[in-house]
Amino acid sequence: MKNKISFPNFGNYHYPIQVFLKKIFKTDIIVPKKTTKNTLEIGAKNSPDFVCLPFKYNLGNFIESLKSGANILIQAGGGCRYGYYGEVQEAILKDLGYNFTFINLMENGSFSIHKFYKEAKKYNKKLNIFTYYYHVLVTLYNIYNMDLIDRFVRRNVKYELSDGILLNIKKSHYKRILDKYGFINSLKNYYTTKHMMKCNILKDESQDSNLKICLLGELYSLIEEEASYNIESYLLKNHIEVRRYTDLTYLLITKRFNEKKLKRKAKDYVKYNLGADGLDNVAHALEVIDEGFDGIIHMKPFSCSPEISAVPILQKISKDKNIPILFLTFDSQYAKGAIETRIEAFIDMLNMRKDRDKNE
Amino acid sequence: MNKYYMGIDIGSISTKGVIIDCDGNIIAKDYLWTEGNPINAVKKLVQSLYSSVGNINVVSVGTTGSARYLIGKILNASVIKNEITAHAIGTMSRVKDVKTIIEIGGQDSKIILIDNGVVVDYAMNTICAAGTGAFLSSQAKRLGVNIEEFGSIAKKSTNSPKLSARCSVFAESDLVHKLQMGYKKEDVIKGLCDSVVLNYLNNVGKGKKIKAPIVFQGGVSKNIGVKESFEKELNSEVIVLEDSHLMGALGIALIAKMSKIEKKFDFNIKDFNFITKGHECSKCANNCEVVQIFKDRELIDTYGNKCERGKIVS
Repeated sequence: MKNKISFPNFGNYHYPIQVFLKKIFKTDIIVPKKTTKNTLEIGAKNSPDFVCLPFKYNLGNFIESLKSGANILIQAGGGCRYGYYGEVQEAILKDLGYNFTFINLMENGSFSIHKFYKEAKKYNKKLNIFTYYYHVLVTLYNIYNMDLIDRFVRRNVKYELSDGILLNIKKSHYKRILDKYGFINSLKNYYTTKHMMKCNILKDESQDSNLKICLLGELYSLIEEEASYNIESYLLKNHIEVRRYTDLTYLLITKRFNEKKLKRKAKDYVKYNLGADGLDNVAHALEVIDEGFDGIIHMKPFSCSPEISAVPILQKISKDKNIPILFLTFDSQYAKGAIETRIEAFIDMLNMRKDRDKNE
Repeated sequence: MNKYYMGIDIGSISTKGVIIDCDGNIIAKDYLWTEGNPINAVKKLVQSLYSSVGNINVVSVGTTGSARYLIGKILNASVIKNEITAHAIGTMSRVKDVKTIIEIGGQDSKIILIDNGVVVDYAMNTICAAGTGAFLSSQAKRLGVNIEEFGSIAKKSTNSPKLSARCSVFAESDLVHKLQMGYKKEDVIKGLCDSVVLNYLNNVGKGKKIKAPIVFQGGVSKNIGVKESFEKELNSEVIVLEDSHLMGALGIALIAKMSKIEKKFDFNIKDFNFITKGHECSKCANNCEVVQIFKDRELIDTYGNKCERGKIVS
């Protein structure tokens, strides 16, 4: 039987990841279906009720992929409950009667890129360590460029010439990731996209006073738009400048060298690491307040413990620094209207505050 | 000819409507149950407003509440806005120096903090409906009393038991337990009012500085028992306005007035037949729920689609 590999959805990162897996395994890749409410329904049905939301989405992705013929599944992990996703999901799927091999990238409680090499070697005998790390680096570079583009869009969306043009250009960037591979191509792709974007924006002062909002919170809610009711796109469509620190570049690279700096920044509020991105969010909240942002939206899935520890600290910051923070908790509920009401009211409120400050 | 403005607030449980004149005075108002059918409720509401003021020159309509899009499209509204902004504007027009608005409605509860006439912070319940009107009314049914009498019964209580304030399901089992222990009905009802207040303060009001003057509104504000529990817990006077349940409608009418967008409103709307049709678009994996609204078999609007593919044009 031919090997078919699949992995859970994670925002738009499935583009570089599918290219990477193809190069490593030299076999078919089943790209997970776009995450929809259907995914969540299947996932929630087969998950423990009180597990965090990303688990349910991931499991839904796996089941959808298994149904379309995948027989090797890959799961990563992180510093919170995410670290146990692999084992539990493997057990649940085996109980459901699916036949597959599970590659869990967690080793001794931490995420290991080298373990993946050993696993991949079992399927692709010709793979050697140099080509493996070459592909890892190219993929990281691809991801890095994607994130740079994303950050550019968030910063400049208020200047775009026609509505939604930057988001469309971003989509064409992803298509080119699939077509061309390698350091040079990745760099070329980045400059092509950036050039197209620069042609479609016009920096003029009338837009400078648009709202600036920072998105903080748990990584899956932030990166997988479907899990957070497309809040980021909603803000971008309304030409609001968005800052979001959490992306794969941050999680895989920057975060490793950042802890001291973050602790120094947040020293009045936190003295030790809160686990996962708790400390990062507190420090980043303080950073954007210093930069004069208008508001912060903090989102987390129901029962996410690192973020629950961060919430009271953020509430205190909100009181001390007089900045509004909107706290959102997501669960497997489909009332999109309820979320929209809150976001809309939040934007109204920020605009009212801004007008008042201008008049004073 | 004088200009008038209409504001309609369609909530999960009740539908509220007001007509105001240029100075913001309410000249007609009504309050009725939505009964799960917002279109019918609004038709009845328009009928009732019509019968109290006649055919006057309503130049602009605003809608708010959870069914605001649907009703806004049907009434051809000039503004469709969320209820938080509407409540703030409505209350500020009555109590100029209000600092805190406590709002408890049928399915949601919110707190709005105001500083010098500007909303500076708000919070709304997210995934828990404990301590809202729907919970109180289901408990009233269990106890066999009318929800309208709830407050006056609670007032009689002298010794209220503590009920769990964490979760509506636990509060309910606590309540049954207290009844079986032999507590009087009025005491348990008072305990329930206390638990709603505690739940509100622990959930929605968590970490917010509640400063006087405090205005309490929404359907539950009509319940004197909850009002007194709030006063006891916050150690401060809590204002309940006469029209406290209509503040959302008043606010959206004022917003419609401020918007300066004028679209003549026709009271005939009550005679038309509106049909909505919902279906899941199957053109991609998003499976959006697309809703079509027909006015006498003529398609007037569709909404709910995320992309162009789901768009239906007449």
